Amino acid sequence: MDTLQRILTSHPFFEGMWADHLQIITGCATNVRFEEGDYIFRQGEEANHFYLIRQGKVTKEISPPQSEPLIVQTLEEGDILGWSWLVPPYQWRYDARALTMTRAIALDGACLRNKCEHDRELGYELLKRFSLTVSRTLDATILQLMDVYAAID
Amino acid sequence: MQPSIDVSSSPADPMTPRMFRVLRNYNDTADCYTLSLQAEDGDPLLFAPGQFTMLYAFGRGEVPISISGDPSDPGTLIHTIREVGPVTQALREVKKGGLIGVRGPYGTAWPVKEAEGNDVVFVAGGIGLAPLRPALYQVLHRRSRFGKVALLYGARTPNDILYRDELEKWRSRFDMQVEVTVDRSQAGWRGHVGVVTRLISRTGFDPVNTIAMVCGPEVMMRFAVAELTGRGVAQEQIHVSLERNMKCAVGFCGHCQLGPAFICKDGPVFVFPEVKRLLSIREV
Ligand SMILES: Cc1cc2nc3c(=O)[nH]c(=O)nc-3n(C[C@H](O)[C@H](O)[C@H](O)COP(=O)(O)OP(=O)(O)OC[C@H]3O[C@@H](n4cnc5c(N)ncnc54)[C@H](O)[C@@H]3O)c2cc1C
Ligand code: FES
Repeated sequence: MDTLQRILTSHPFFEGMWADHLQIITGCATNVRFEEGDYIFRQGEEANHFYLIRQGKVTKEISPPQSEPLIVQTLEEGDILGWSWLVPPYQWRYDARALTMTRAIALDGACLRNKCEHDRELGYELLKRFSLTVSRTLDATILQLMDVYAAID
Repeated sequence: MQPSIDVSSSPADPMTPRMFRVLRNYNDTADCYTLSLQAEDGDPLLFAPGQFTMLYAFGRGEVPISISGDPSDPGTLIHTIREVGPVTQALREVKKGGLIGVRGPYGTAWPVKEAEGNDVVFVAGGIGLAPLRPALYQVLHRRSRFGKVALLYGARTPNDILYRDELEKWRSRFDMQVEVTVDRSQAGWRGHVGVVTRLISRTGFDPVNTIAMVCGPEVMMRFAVAELTGRGVAQEQIHVSLERNMKCAVGFCGHCQLGPAFICKDGPVFVFPEVKRLLSIREV
């Protein structure tokens, strides 16, 4: 098993995944590194990847017109960054920036989409895992939107 | 249900306040301040972590406020208060040397003793850190009796973080995990951004042997309980603190009733299954 596959195998996101599926996924994976302040991707750009963060801290930022970017979430070791590669029109909806030096595994979305089209079982496995990530993010977003610590008028 | 502490230091009439003098009254954040009080009669106000008092701002009214100081230093009575209306505003205006009426302490306590031998996870949101702080002090005083200790704290923005100096101090200890997150931020903040419940999955504890104490807005507590139970913590190991408007604080008036429970007497600290249903009752 090569280093990349070993990293993927030990990541909670891929826990319990069949070895042959992991091998296919590893074929779409590369090791990446971002320096502090680097943009990992920008809002509106084509979404070609998702990332398993191995080390460091990443901010998800929204830039409202004529005002400072708003940091909506930080992601860290063990987190998954991005699912826009999975849903048309495959475009990022926010900026992602390395707050500190960040190491990650980048997974090529176009490559994975293609593999999933040919191996529906792999596609189902990946979708199950992403659904969990999306649903947890949605829960957190609902709580964030409720602004529970705000002053009561 | 937690046992109520005997209010032996209160006057015979539970509705008569004792006089306390303001030693200090200082701002923690734009809308929160801390009152440090001393009894005029010199008797300390003994309390258990999680209990509250009724603070009387003369001429304005009385409000329930949790004690946020150290139970091992009952000579100084500490409350951290968020200014939300007339009485909390009047209390903010009482200067050093001024007098405040105090009744109590009342209510149930955080299960610090029960938690011995277990990992302890404190989950606090906003002003909810204040009622938890006495329990945290007690755990840290007896640190060797507990397993892992974690404090997970969420505030609205970096400017709303309470007890910054203390958080720094706790964070620098090697025997506890302290994670602070804010719901929203702009450039300059290098900590976590996101809701406090997301910190739960980043925290190392043994779910089977963990006692969780959760305090904050009720919606936040519901989400925190869901996350904790998702990690395998049994509901019976989760304790929450509830707030309702109060008048007598001693179980006479029914003002604080929530379902069959009187928050002033049966709470404010409850083990989660006791209030699970009540927490989801929509109030009119
Ligand atoms: C057991 C207990 C412990 C408490 N501990 C603390 C504490 O440690 N620090 C602290 O700052 N507050 C605490 N509170 C809340 C505090 O009692 C209220 O904020 C206070 O009564 C408000 O009084 P007021 O006259 O200033 O404002 P009010 O005119 O009574 O209220 C002003 C506005 O605030 C809202 N409000 C009132 N009470 C609450 C509440 N509990 N939660 C959210 N919104 C509320 C009202 O709906 C209204 O919109 C506690 C409450 C209870 C029951
Ligand atoms: S406040 Fe009167 S019964 Fe609780």
